[in-house]
Amino acid sequence: MTARTSSSAPDPSTPSPARRLLAGLAKTIRTPMGATATVFLGVVLLAAIVAPMLWSGTAAKVDATALDQGPSGEHWLGTDNLGRDLLLRVLVAARLSVLLSLSATAIGISLGLLLGAAPWLLGPRLGRLAAAFVNIAVAFPMLLMTLFFAVIFGVGVQGSVCAIGISMAPWFARLTQTLIAGVQKRDFVAAARIARVSRFGVLRRHILPNIAEPLIVNVALAAAAALLAFAGLSFLGLGVQAPEYDWGLLLNEGLSGIYVNPAGALGPGIAIVVAGLGFNLFGEALAKVLGSRHKVRTFRPRGASRTVSGSGGHPRQHATDGSAGDAIAPAGEVPVLEVDRLRVSLDTPNGTVSPVREISFSMKRGEALGVVGESGSGKSLTALAVAQLLESPLHVEAATLRLLGKDLMAADPRSRATRRFLATSLGLVFQNPTTSFNPTMRIGPQLAEVARLHQDMSRRQAGARAVDRLRAVRIPGAERRAKQYPHEFSGGMRQRAMVGMAMMGNPSLIIADEPTTALDVTIQRQVLNLLEQIRVENQVAVLLISHDISVIGQFCSRVLVMYAGRVVEELPSADLRTSARHPYTRALLSAVPDMTADRSQPLATVPGRPVDPADRPAGCAFAPRCTFATAQCHTAEPPLQEVGSGGTVACWNPQEGAVTAVQGQVQQAGRGQA
Amino acid sequence: MEARRAALGLNDPIWSQYVHYLKNLLAGDFGESITRPGLSVSQIIGQRLPATIELAGLAFVIAMLVSIPLGVLMAALTRGGRRQRTELAFTSSSIVFAAIPEFILAVGLVCLFGQGVGLLGIFPVAGRSGPLSLVLPVISLAVAPTVVLARVVRVEVLTVMEADYIRTARSKRLRAWRLYLRHALPNAVTATLTLSGLLLGGLIAGTVLVESVMAWPGLGSSMVSSILTKDYPLVQGIVLVYGVVVLVINLVVDVVLAVLDPRSAIQES
Amino acid sequence: MSELRFEKTSIRVGHGARALTAVDGVDLVVPARSIVGLIGESGSGKSTLGRAAVGLNPVSGGRILLDGQPLARQLRRGAVQMVFQDPMSSLDPRMTIGDSIAESISRRRIRRATDRRREVERLLELLDLEPQWADEYPEKLSGGQRQRIALARALAARPEVLIADEITSALDVSIQGSILNQVKDLQRQFGFSMLFISHNLSVVRYLCDQVAVIYLGRLVEQGPAEDVLSDPQHPYTRELLEASPDSGGPLVQPGGILHAVGDGEATDPHHPPTGCRYHPRCPVGPAVHPDRNACRTSVPLPLGRAHHAACHFAAMTETPLTATT
Repeated sequence: MTARTSSSAPDPSTPSPARRLLAGLAKTIRTPMGATATVFLGVVLLAAIVAPMLWSGTAAKVDATALDQGPSGEHWLGTDNLGRDLLLRVLVAARLSVLLSLSATAIGISLGLLLGAAPWLLGPRLGRLAAAFVNIAVAFPMLLMTLFFAVIFGVGVQGSVCAIGISMAPWFARLTQTLIAGVQKRDFVAAARIARVSRFGVLRRHILPNIAEPLIVNVALAAAAALLAFAGLSFLGLGVQAPEYDWGLLLNEGLSGIYVNPAGALGPGIAIVVAGLGFNLFGEALAKVLGSRHKVRTFRPRGASRTVSGSGGHPRQHATDGSAGDAIAPAGEVPVLEVDRLRVSLDTPNGTVSPVREISFSMKRGEALGVVGESGSGKSLTALAVAQLLESPLHVEAATLRLLGKDLMAADPRSRATRRFLATSLGLVFQNPTTSFNPTMRIGPQLAEVARLHQDMSRRQAGARAVDRLRAVRIPGAERRAKQYPHEFSGGMRQRAMVGMAMMGNPSLIIADEPTTALDVTIQRQVLNLLEQIRVENQVAVLLISHDISVIGQFCSRVLVMYAGRVVEELPSADLRTSARHPYTRALLSAVPDMTADRSQPLATVPGRPVDPADRPAGCAFAPRCTFATAQCHTAEPPLQEVGSGGTVACWNPQEGAVTAVQGQVQQAGRGQA
Repeated sequence: MEARRAALGLNDPIWSQYVHYLKNLLAGDFGESITRPGLSVSQIIGQRLPATIELAGLAFVIAMLVSIPLGVLMAALTRGGRRQRTELAFTSSSIVFAAIPEFILAVGLVCLFGQGVGLLGIFPVAGRSGPLSLVLPVISLAVAPTVVLARVVRVEVLTVMEADYIRTARSKRLRAWRLYLRHALPNAVTATLTLSGLLLGGLIAGTVLVESVMAWPGLGSSMVSSILTKDYPLVQGIVLVYGVVVLVINLVVDVVLAVLDPRSAIQES
Repeated sequence: MSELRFEKTSIRVGHGARALTAVDGVDLVVPARSIVGLIGESGSGKSTLGRAAVGLNPVSGGRILLDGQPLARQLRRGAVQMVFQDPMSSLDPRMTIGDSIAESISRRRIRRATDRRREVERLLELLDLEPQWADEYPEKLSGGQRQRIALARALAARPEVLIADEITSALDVSIQGSILNQVKDLQRQFGFSMLFISHNLSVVRYLCDQVAVIYLGRLVEQGPAEDVLSDPQHPYTRELLEASPDSGGPLVQPGGILHAVGDGEATDPHHPPTGCRYHPRCPVGPAVHPDRNACRTSVPLPLGRAHHAACHFAAMTETPLTATT
């Protein structure tokens, strides 16, 4: 029976970018910030369109009997020094203010886009010059540039519009440049260039659509800035000239009469703020809506939670003394790590999702245990949960979680004693050595921190211990190296320094989460050798997480295979090729070609793809991809059960026999789903 | 009249006038003010520059001292989506205050607190006359940069807190404050510094407007009046000084960044 | 018909003070209808060489020829195409899958929109994907599916040469097999030649007819895949083999090659060692045998046989290679 995954046809639900933008705009208007902005902008635009039609005559009416009056029933904001109604003047001025700002924005954006796209269009050499020019121009504050251009173009409306527009251009150009630089790096741009699309073509078809959203947000912010700049210019008398008037000019007039009628200054001032705020808030709200869409949603639950809460579930069905499958140890010795029914959960609006569940294992002193799995297996989460490094919204539950006999679930994570215990008994090695060290701190102090805070050492003592640890991990010139920054180390050396840091407190357990994935294979071997040496010489237990079953097979004595958040098999690594029972384990082993793979046969494949923990099917999570799945597999989840040779497996149809040349025969079906 | 023109060199060809100007510039001579004859431009600038520096400098210092702790605090409080109302309040008020131009804020403050005008007539509204007269103009200048910077600091710190090296630091079981101050903040500083350089430049520009509102005897109000009276030598001189100041600020920021970031000396490939 | 030839190719990357020679005088031939593997670690220049073959990096020395003609002209007709390592960044998220693929179809070859659409659907079916995918956006695709589409896009240009730059390194193990099978089938079906860049020796051995090993910008060994990987002549190749976890040996191998030289300092690519670039790390070089000064002073040249290594002391290794079964 061939296995097929649920759907190989596309799920028609992704709309075009234009429609998504419109949807984003609609959503923005519904947010509180967006709604406020829309109201403000609505009022301003209404005034801009309607007010001059209705009131421009009345606003200009001079009334010699009512000079410089304060607010009254007839004139809500009072009158100016020629007896004109101030409120009407503010309303009528809206049109000019808005129009001028929008014109200046348009100039600024067009120039800015051109300048910003220049480095891309001109190619690498000339482009650098253009970029340098923009960087220099951007350093000048906009107002100063505006004043400068105002002097050149002369005071008055046209000059000011040009001045503000031109002085906005560098800022917009710099933004465009940065955005383009980000998109440029991505491979689809290179692919388009290889397809002989011209630079301009790539700009139009690939770059602009991908930078449109942040650009639009900034257009709104730019409009706000232009409005304020114009107000400033007119306020200084350099913008709109009498008899025309905009808010800035009104503010200027109001200021001179501020002792007589403060409302004369407040009125235009408030108008400017409201209009500017409208644009600003709109831009910000839009940015928030568009930005939240890009957050990677790792869990997409549908319907009620599928998890079984804590105490029920599937207990390990084996001898109750809990020692089956463990390495032989002196009687009465406390295991270094005891984990029973560990679960990691996340609360989502649609229910609780558990990307890790029912994990149970234990480790003895000096033992090497490997956890292997692909994406979505939950192996890294398990490691972080054991290490007590998960933060909300993820939370950890376990029937038992004991390190060196101490109950970690009951301990207060903030107490000094707990922190000290964890820092000195548990060492951690993470995946990416390039980003796992603080780039602004030297290596020595980063290591020494552990000793100073948790082992009561003075700075000098801690420093010496750090150097000692660096030497222990075979870093040449340790004393000199301790004073260096992480970027001065090579990748392999950094990872070794990380191992050294893990060893600062004489830990009993080291948890290594994919420690060699980011390293070259020769460096990988060095780091693994180092871990092995430490394990043997210091009797440190090592929990090694990896997606590479060959590495796990080499380094560890026992292997846990995880799939979709559960342990599906546990066995001694020496037995991997001979007696792996779970179809997934066998598939993993045969999917990796080794140096004896038959070149004439196709490689073994596993149809479908690793499961999303929020999307688990009923029954066995691997059933949709399994060649041996029966009806029972699709409805009931198999419990983890002991098998003869000292392992456990969770499968209704465990397989026997060695995993050898399974190429060509197995799991050829359904190639298109992966 | 002709004699005056000849004396000012206005009859010489343009290029020689320009060369003459540059030569004087290098010697520190900006020329003579047109509207206030007898006073050289450098004298006027020299008289009024300190007032502007006083305003801008004080505003900048206050902005930095308030915004950085505020930003870090906000980051610590709202991390992981906690306290959403606090975050909304903080972000909204930042946007609102940043959107109010400094000269309008100055007008508003004058209306509220100005002596003789406002409801609470505490602070002087015109001229430079002692520490109390600094209050209103400095606040007008400092508010916008403070909130903008605080927001940026918050975002930068939150971004940094997602980095791998913070997870490493957490695995060393450090106390929260040490995590934020010793590990996160130094890495968030780069973006903050760059922005503060730009903000300082903007502050200097803002003094032009605020000085005009509050009749502060600095370069800004001088520039405005000289533009309006077409006193070109003075305008040129002031613009030049402003330009130099902005360039110097950017240079200082670049240098400080290079000193603080150990990676900038060796470019990563 | 589709032979890609690198003649003394050198490539400089970066500019100004940060420039460095990423590829130095490489002579490599990808014969027609064959798959040549290029093995190297990070910083070896393998990706740089691949990118130069599609015109993404300019060549600073030597030349690249396709069928005896200079590469530049051939690129204009899309004769060389590339599939990239990162499936998440190789497709434009704002473009439909059909449009992404169609972009590579030469306008001279197929002009009408309906014909182009038909070609796109044909390519999708070739890669076991439903034709309806052409109207979808890449958002919901998995890594494996994206790589298939990247392959379809590359094939749309009817290339003579395909450059595969670590195309399975970012994929889950259970998916790699299907992609590699597909690549092998397509190569056999369409007869293009392929430069398969990887750091994974087992995969290269499985897929490729010939293999070249590159270290710090220079080729150190070349030859038929079986020969090179079962009987390596160059100490670096031996080091790679021994370090590879798929080689089946135990982790700690006393007397193995990896223990001969201590864990030394990393090499600065801006200042590579003189002479043979591998000599600071070499277990049969001056670090272990101080009298072997030739390694420090003169660049070893490969001898002219089918399987050759650039080493002064090739085939004189004292430490036997550990069994690889």
